[in-house]
Amino acid sequence: MEHIISVTVENKFGVLSRVAGLFSGRGFNIESLSVAPTLDPSMSQMTIVTSGDERIIEQIVKQLNKLIDVIKVVDLNETEFVSRETAIIKVHTKDADRAEALRIVDIFRANVIDSTPTTYTVEVSGDPKKIEAIINLLQPLGIKELVRTGRVAVAREPIRQAVAQAKKIARE
Amino acid sequence: MTLTGAEIFIECLKREGVKTVFALPGGVVLKIFDMLHQQKDLEVILTRHEQGAGHMAEGYAKATGKAGVCLVTSGPGMTNVITALADAYMDSVPLVCFSGQVPTSLIGNDAFQEADNVGLSRPCTKYNFLVKDVNDLASTIKEAFYIATTGRPGPVLVDIPKDVSMARAEFTYPNSVSIRGYNPTYEGNKWQIKQAAEAIMKAKKPILYVGGGVVFSGASQELLELAEMTQIPVDMTLMGLGVFPGEHPLSLGMLGMHGTYQANMAMHYSDLVIAVGARFDDRVTGKVSEFCPHAKVIHIDIDPTSIRKNIHVDVPIVGDCKTVLRELIQVLRATVNGEQKELRKPWWDQINQWRQAHPLTYQQEKDGPIKPQQVVKRLYELTKDRDPIVSTDVGQHQMWAAQYFKLAKPNRWLTSGGLGTMGFGFPAAMGAQAAFRDRLVLCIAGDGSVQMNMQEMATAVVSKLPVKIIILNNRFHGMVRQWQDLFYEGRYASSDLGTTPDFVKLAEAYGAVGLRADKLANLDDVLKQALATEGPVIVDVPTYPFENCYPMIPAGGCNHEMILEDPPELKKKQSGAKQVTPEDKDTVLTA
Repeated sequence: MEHIISVTVENKFGVLSRVAGLFSGRGFNIESLSVAPTLDPSMSQMTIVTSGDERIIEQIVKQLNKLIDVIKVVDLNETEFVSRETAIIKVHTKDADRAEALRIVDIFRANVIDSTPTTYTVEVSGDPKKIEAIINLLQPLGIKELVRTGRVAVAREPIRQAVAQAKKIARE
Repeated sequence: MTLTGAEIFIECLKREGVKTVFALPGGVVLKIFDMLHQQKDLEVILTRHEQGAGHMAEGYAKATGKAGVCLVTSGPGMTNVITALADAYMDSVPLVCFSGQVPTSLIGNDAFQEADNVGLSRPCTKYNFLVKDVNDLASTIKEAFYIATTGRPGPVLVDIPKDVSMARAEFTYPNSVSIRGYNPTYEGNKWQIKQAAEAIMKAKKPILYVGGGVVFSGASQELLELAEMTQIPVDMTLMGLGVFPGEHPLSLGMLGMHGTYQANMAMHYSDLVIAVGARFDDRVTGKVSEFCPHAKVIHIDIDPTSIRKNIHVDVPIVGDCKTVLRELIQVLRATVNGEQKELRKPWWDQINQWRQAHPLTYQQEKDGPIKPQQVVKRLYELTKDRDPIVSTDVGQHQMWAAQYFKLAKPNRWLTSGGLGTMGFGFPAAMGAQAAFRDRLVLCIAGDGSVQMNMQEMATAVVSKLPVKIIILNNRFHGMVRQWQDLFYEGRYASSDLGTTPDFVKLAEAYGAVGLRADKLANLDDVLKQALATEGPVIVDVPTYPFENCYPMIPAGGCNHEMILEDPPELKKKQSGAKQVTPEDKDTVLTA
């Protein structure tokens, strides 16, 4: 089963290779990995998409925790979470295709972020299914280049707690 | 006042209480060696190969319980010590290895003797550092010792570029270490400990399965108290030998692939396995799906990743063995009464029946070839009163040593368990001897593995480390030969060593003493002579070459299905084979 694991790590050289080395050395899967510094520049946040049965996921979480540069590990599948992925797609567009491309962009609430007489460069965010869908629609026009970020995810704030907090603020 | 990086290195070592450094110099660490050379209270043991330095530091650590320290140069110095780091990582040995590195300005330039030390050692160390700024050196060394010796111990590498050892900085040594991503758990969860105590009270057929974690935690007293209080039998892993007295009536000896019959049978038929500081290695579990089919499992370990890695655990307790066992004893003391003894009487009857049915055994004929087990047995009997430290290499001799040398105390047993490194034994023995100059240190070796670090005999002679090596010489890679006989129809592919050196002359060539026992009749005399000799000694004992190590659970086999003796066709084939002495060294060994 697919799991999204959120890992807070020290922001210093060599940490990415320790994490990547752990996965390759123990034969765990990485489907995607994204990493960037947090608000506190001494830490980075990694979002790792992986898969495995319960025992393997337990080992992945434990082994990540064991790494000295890892500060916090959360298996997001244990809670509610929201996740997004961004893709940038360079599409061939000529004549009538240009209008068709813009229609598709519109339907998916994507953006054209660069344009030449023969191409549009489209940016789209969403869950992986949405990205797959727009790729499928744009493919007949001719995709020149495609890059995807891999997923980032965050746990949803528990609703009851959030409501209580909102009430508290309202009272004050 | 400022100090150079090399001076800071020395100051740090002194503050960590380091007395001995196992080292081999090279271009980029000369500044450090120059400073070491001027110290009176830091001994440098110059080894002949960096692998030797690493294993010596391991032997030192295993015998003392403190971190072993080794120092090597960049490039080949580093690649040579990798085996020892990997060995220490598998067996959780606290080790701090310092490596030299090319100057920071040259890193990445493919400079002379450059290697990516941190990259090379990453998968075989607990943690590693590249010190890029001399101002970070002291705090890095402090962290290195802290990480190596706390939690589940392990090797840590500190890579020091040449310019960092020469640059100057203000020296302050931190009093404490705080790493936000590293907080080992020492106290066990109280509720889980209560669950464990309840399971122990109820169990009719419990067994203690204890490993190296108990040794490093220093919990042998607690283990003894627990076992005696509850009258639960004790199985030891290869790494755990000595942590429970081998001759104690509650000891069933070693379990696993070449464990005793009673140890493996008791494991298989138990209804409660209490694993302490052991990690359910494949050499212990055999076929995982049929491992301890009737048992509930309690697992006490400081490393959470060890728990539920290989097998299902019912009561996991993450914590330090000593702390957790103390707590467990306290809980049990309030409830244990005479009833448990009564409840478990049938279990003990069964165990004693197993003990009598298939004790460890071998056939030694009076005027026949010397059997390797006989050598270990006699060595044990001749030395047990001197409380020796025993190291081994890897192979048949290691298993015979584990079976027949019944150690009474922990930290006396130096062996390579996880990685199975041939060539470990001799340097490890020297490391222990460097820590305890007056103790008797024995190295039981095979003729195959001892040759893998034979060059260290020069170190033993020069540094006056009077290790006694006893070579069980069968002119084979014996364990390989055994597997070939059992599973490859006796085709000895690259297991017959052909001409082995004359170990007596070899010892003499290094300036050590060489002795040979070629007949059973003079075995005792030769061993006694070796023990009475002051310096390092090699005792070469040509043994019966086709002796096999039993009991044996074939790899992936089930624990209660042990092979207990040679199959009939093998026995027939081997009748009439003799031991091989140097005189008939050209004989082709085809039984």
